[in-house]
Amino acid sequence: MCLSIPARVLAIEKEEMARVSVRGVETLVSLQLVENVKPDDYVLVHTGYALQRLSEEEAMESLKVLKELDDAMDDLEDIPE
Amino acid sequence: MKAMEVFDAFRDRRTVENLAGEIRKISKKSIVLMEVCGGHTMAIQKYGLPALLPETVTLKSGPGCPVCVTSQSYINRAIAYCRLDDVILTTYGDLIRVPGSSSSLEKERARGRDVRIVYSSLDALQIAKEHPDKKVVFLGVGFETTAPTTAATIIRADADKISNFFVYSAHKVMPPVMGKLVDEGVKINGYIAPGHVSTITGSGIYKDIAGKYGLGCVVSGFEPVDILNSVLMLVKQFEAGEPKVEIEYTRAVLPEGNKKAQQLLYEVFEHRDDWWRGLDVIPKSGLGIRDKYASFDAEKKIEVEVEETKENPGCICGEILKGLKNPRQCKLFARGCDPSNPVGACMVSHEGACHAYYRYSSHG
Repeated sequence: MCLSIPARVLAIEKEEMARVSVRGVETLVSLQLVENVKPDDYVLVHTGYALQRLSEEEAMESLKVLKELDDAMDDLEDIPE
Repeated sequence: MKAMEVFDAFRDRRTVENLAGEIRKISKKSIVLMEVCGGHTMAIQKYGLPALLPETVTLKSGPGCPVCVTSQSYINRAIAYCRLDDVILTTYGDLIRVPGSSSSLEKERARGRDVRIVYSSLDALQIAKEHPDKKVVFLGVGFETTAPTTAATIIRADADKISNFFVYSAHKVMPPVMGKLVDEGVKINGYIAPGHVSTITGSGIYKDIAGKYGLGCVVSGFEPVDILNSVLMLVKQFEAGEPKVEIEYTRAVLPEGNKKAQQLLYEVFEHRDDWWRGLDVIPKSGLGIRDKYASFDAEKKIEVEVEETKENPGCICGEILKGLKNPRQCKLFARGCDPSNPVGACMVSHEGACHAYYRYSSHG
């Protein structure tokens, strides 16, 4: 029910609407609940409304931390039996 | 890396394996975590995550499927609305098959009533504009994620001076039920907190759960990496004896949430006591339409006679929603209750625990 999906903003339209692309499928969503959204931003879409701008920077940061785990695992695997 | 690839990296198999390995390494004490949100229940079952976790970690499904916790009296009233000749009933698809006392919206539609599935409340408003001679009733179901969208549509209807659009609200808020479960004696050690609810509300709403009840709350995204990372964060908190509120889903959740959405939500709605399946009435857990917008409130503007509530005594949806039992402990599960012939709401909704268990695991 709270399912929300990432969509890329293609263009801002009139009446606080935006044309977005969800993995290549284009649709219109309302921007009534968000501020300062611009083309090429990623937004989280739920029941026809953008709920929030998705932060690519934060996603990269999370992945960086997880990558450290990967390196740690590699080190573990390198230890001879 | 393109942006979409960045977001997709949260499904990476190797990262999932690494996280599972890390959890196995760190987890010493037995810990029970509840995923509150139905979307998490679905993802956990779909990706088979329980099989990756050590014996010390148990995941329990909670009451965060809005369709599942909606009362039968709500469904009965929705059915009564759709039986009126001048009403077009609009709803999200999840609700249409939930059994009322003697019918469902799907059955009513088959009998010729005008019941339409919409993807957005804005679609319902559009139908109202196209049918000025009809009353268009929209079933407003969902938590803090969905309630602001309904609020925004009501504000739009008000601005456009639409007088034949009505909302029947079953909108609810999350924190009261999370406290109530612990008060009722449900034994858990932490919450995997709902991601998209928190996108709107921020993580501050869980402060009391961590402070008053001593339970960790980690706001999680919906990809397998997100969920395992949240489990890891909760296990670390638990092992250290330091329950607190943390955000794993940082790409979509700010500590303060979405202020504009919160403002619209409370412009239109106010808290009221509300009934939850299995949990009865929980104070201040529902969202009713404020008097200022009463002209859009179906409950106040459209009178109907509603059938008496008649639950199936064999159905244990209530106990499943409280995390006291799992779907396999229900004697109806896969024996008289399945997704094509659901007895209770938990088998209807895709994110209901019974539906998710039925769909993604063996049930001989």
